[in-house]
Amino acid sequence: MLVITALIVVRLENLFTVAMVTGIYSLLSAVFFTLLDAVDVAFTEAAVGAGISTVLMLGTLSLVGHQQKKRKTVQWFPLTIVTITGLLLMYGTLDIPPFGEGGNPIHGHATTVHYLEESSHETGMPNVVTSVLASYRGYDTMGETTVIFTAMVGVLLLMSGRKRKPSKDVEGDPSGR
Amino acid sequence: MNAMGLLNYWFVIVLMMIGFYVLIAQGNLVKKIVGLNIFQTSVFVFYISMGKITGATAPILDSDWSVYSNPLPHVLILTAIVVGVATTALGLSLTVRIHEAYGSVEEDEINEMDE
Amino acid sequence: MEDNVILRVATKILTPYILLFALYVQFHGDYGPGGGFQAGVIFAAGFVLYTLIYGLETARRVLPLKFAALCGALGVLIYAGVGIATMMKGGEFLNYNYLDSHNAEHGQHLGILLVELGVLTTVFGVMVVIFYSFAGRRDIQS
Repeated sequence: MLVITALIVVRLENLFTVAMVTGIYSLLSAVFFTLLDAVDVAFTEAAVGAGISTVLMLGTLSLVGHQQKKRKTVQWFPLTIVTITGLLLMYGTLDIPPFGEGGNPIHGHATTVHYLEESSHETGMPNVVTSVLASYRGYDTMGETTVIFTAMVGVLLLMSGRKRKPSKDVEGDPSGR
Repeated sequence: MNAMGLLNYWFVIVLMMIGFYVLIAQGNLVKKIVGLNIFQTSVFVFYISMGKITGATAPILDSDWSVYSNPLPHVLILTAIVVGVATTALGLSLTVRIHEAYGSVEEDEINEMDE
Repeated sequence: MEDNVILRVATKILTPYILLFALYVQFHGDYGPGGGFQAGVIFAAGFVLYTLIYGLETARRVLPLKFAALCGALGVLIYAGVGIATMMKGGEFLNYNYLDSHNAEHGQHLGILLVELGVLTTVFGVMVVIFYSFAGRRDIQS
């Protein structure tokens, strides 16, 4: 399903439809995350990907116009590069341990075992994701918070300034824009 | 080593390559950002698949269960999603500014104007 | 959009529940799925809905852009402040065990609660600011 939706995104030319299909794509991936036991991630993806992202995308489209320029249907050179890269990556997956087995190295690592066994009496929280997020990996989360704060500053700088009139004498100067 | 065990990873790679194709083949900047999002989601799916154990439950401790999926990838991806939307917003706002400056969001038209 | 009675009334009914649900997600995050990130986004989504229906002018009177930007900065400050507080109490940066001098587990609870509150504030502020910026760009352009 995910692959089909992604293919639709590639084929469509009306960008409004693309934005809506991207929302559906996010929602589908949220369902997929739930199936893979990642409820917290699914929750975030549903709220962020299907909600806020779509709204932002629509807001942008209302500013920049929604019809994509017609172009050749299939571009062979990028397609070749993509196919080769994909085949190489698939060759790489041959070394990955099979999906869903409890004996995979990732599950036996000392940190994972510690999080699952000690978290309940070290932090007193049943939801291990929350305790790892906020307590064991507090530095990471603080970094993430700072990153989105920086994104806010960037968006404010880019979007809240007045539009400068394109005057003729500074045309060759890209920093004037 | 059976094909079924790797099927999930192959879907991830197909998704990733679709995103990559959009990124390099399409000229529209908004479409490129959508492609980047698809690429990003494929990486999320990859991480979450690694943490899955068949027959396990979500990592919320409960006395009825003893096997849980790995919580560490979940934490990493949780924060990555939010950072992803922040970077998407930044990219979209850059697109808006480019549209104001050039009157177009098509890559080839912008390149023509620069020459 | 501003003349549609059904949308206006439905938004009026829904908005408080969306905000309430966000708070539930925030404070129930210790026991079920949820936490600061999700709650912040849902809280912002409530305001986004309000802005879409009632227009940017009204929404900016309810929640000024400056206040939202302040929230974005305040959250990071709360987060780092918890880290400083644990250092004051004699522990390492962000080691919540020291927040409560008698019971380490209570300290953990308090620390996680405060930190998630910081995350909620930042995510909420950032999302609202970004949305306002996109929605208000057309006025600046013309």
